[in-house]
Amino acid sequence: MRWSGVARNNFFAIWSRAERSRVSTAHASSSIGVPSGGPGSGLRIQFTGIEKRYGMRMALRGVSLEISAGECVALVGHNGSGKTTLLKIAAQLSRPSRGKIVFNERGIELSPEEVKSRIGMVGHHTLVYDELTAEENLIFFAKLFSLPDPEGRARQALEPVGLARRAGDMVRTFSRGMRQRLGIARALLASPGLLLLDEPAAGLDPEGQQWLGDTLGNLHAAGCTIVMSTHGRNETQASVTRAIRLEGGKITHDSGLGGDPNDVLVMAAVRGMQEEDETSS
Amino acid sequence: MTGLGHATGVILAKELRTEFRSRELLGTTIVFVLIVIVLFSFTFDPTSSESRRFGPGLLWLAFLFAGSLMLQPSFLREHTNDTLSALRLAPIDPFSILAGKMAANFLFLLLVELILLPVFAVMYNTAILPVIGPLVLVFALGTLGITTAGTVFSAVAAQARLRELLLPLLLLPLMAPVLIASTEATAGLLRDPSELSLVWMTFLVTFDVVFLTAAWLFGEYLLEE
Repeated sequence: MRWSGVARNNFFAIWSRAERSRVSTAHASSSIGVPSGGPGSGLRIQFTGIEKRYGMRMALRGVSLEISAGECVALVGHNGSGKTTLLKIAAQLSRPSRGKIVFNERGIELSPEEVKSRIGMVGHHTLVYDELTAEENLIFFAKLFSLPDPEGRARQALEPVGLARRAGDMVRTFSRGMRQRLGIARALLASPGLLLLDEPAAGLDPEGQQWLGDTLGNLHAAGCTIVMSTHGRNETQASVTRAIRLEGGKITHDSGLGGDPNDVLVMAAVRGMQEEDETSS
Repeated sequence: MTGLGHATGVILAKELRTEFRSRELLGTTIVFVLIVIVLFSFTFDPTSSESRRFGPGLLWLAFLFAGSLMLQPSFLREHTNDTLSALRLAPIDPFSILAGKMAANFLFLLLVELILLPVFAVMYNTAILPVIGPLVLVFALGTLGITTAGTVFSAVAAQARLRELLLPLLLLPLMAPVLIASTEATAGLLRDPSELSLVWMTFLVTFDVVFLTAAWLFGEYLLEE
């Protein structure tokens, strides 16, 4: 199927911008979001034979995968390929129907309770309360994580996401992009060793995507393990070190450690555009 | 992991802040119970003896309907931005999510009951001041039964398709024991001479303990998708 000229131009524009970002991303320091254990304190995850069934439908079929500490992994695939399900299982929001998942930090296996305090997640929804202000939302979650000085922590977390001036405003007055930024601030509050993101670029304009890409770059440089689902190439993927393609609940391609994730990401972007063309024609 | 008490307190404080900022739920529930009490008063002549016979039952029926109305949004609003997942992501005991909401629902419903008790006393020509202490105790135990079971079923119903219908269908039949016990205990206090029935009080305490224990044991599974 032939691409439209606009789609082809957009694809190459995004690719070249992402390539330039990969080469020249400046890593600004930030105390919020940096894993608390310092560099190399990201979590290592091992999925063994993970299956997930929803009624008669198999969302994941025997997925076995090891993600090393400090990797930045992109999960790509169509809608319904199992990306979100895998992220939810990693976040312990969903139990696998079969299989095991093990988390390690610096060679020590973590209990489920210990893992929870080391995970940050940005989902399809914003995971923040519309009826609270931005600051109140972050103070609430800082208290649930038993973080010291929750009020100070919340104020500090709003600066990097550009919401400090809107700290006292109700979230229901925020745009989609602002809510997404607040959701990201919430996920980074406790300086996670594992950051899970489900299509984080959704709802962000190109500037927001660039900002998110820079933020993920900082976290990656600080040793945080990052796993994000995405449909294809965009500005948030500058730091991706590995790309895994899921199809029908199974892993079909894996760039692996040390491999070039671009091949898998480009393939996913091309297939995504082909599907868009097929849908629109 | 954050302590159970601390996490429950944080969630309770958030629920109180949210509700007292908008007062939507409290206002709606107060008006609903007021309407029910007034309409019931039209159905019979509220002389003293008739009021003491029928009043407690009507009062608790009104509280029960108000409770099912008030409990509906308890977990429903956590689905708007999937904030229930945000709570489950936090390093807290899953029971603290239920406990925080139970405590909030208990306080809201008890507040509604105490606001409307004087209205009931006036409309049904009933003397409540001499027995106000034991009466508040009966209200507290009965309300705890309604809100404990109601919060649990609200969590279950919020994940179902016909959630608006499911909660009353689940809750109202199960509340029959609480309704009977609370009504009998209240009627005993409003009788002349007034009497606090230990049998019915023990029944209420047992019901509350059983449901709280069940929520503590199985709460984690109730909150899963």
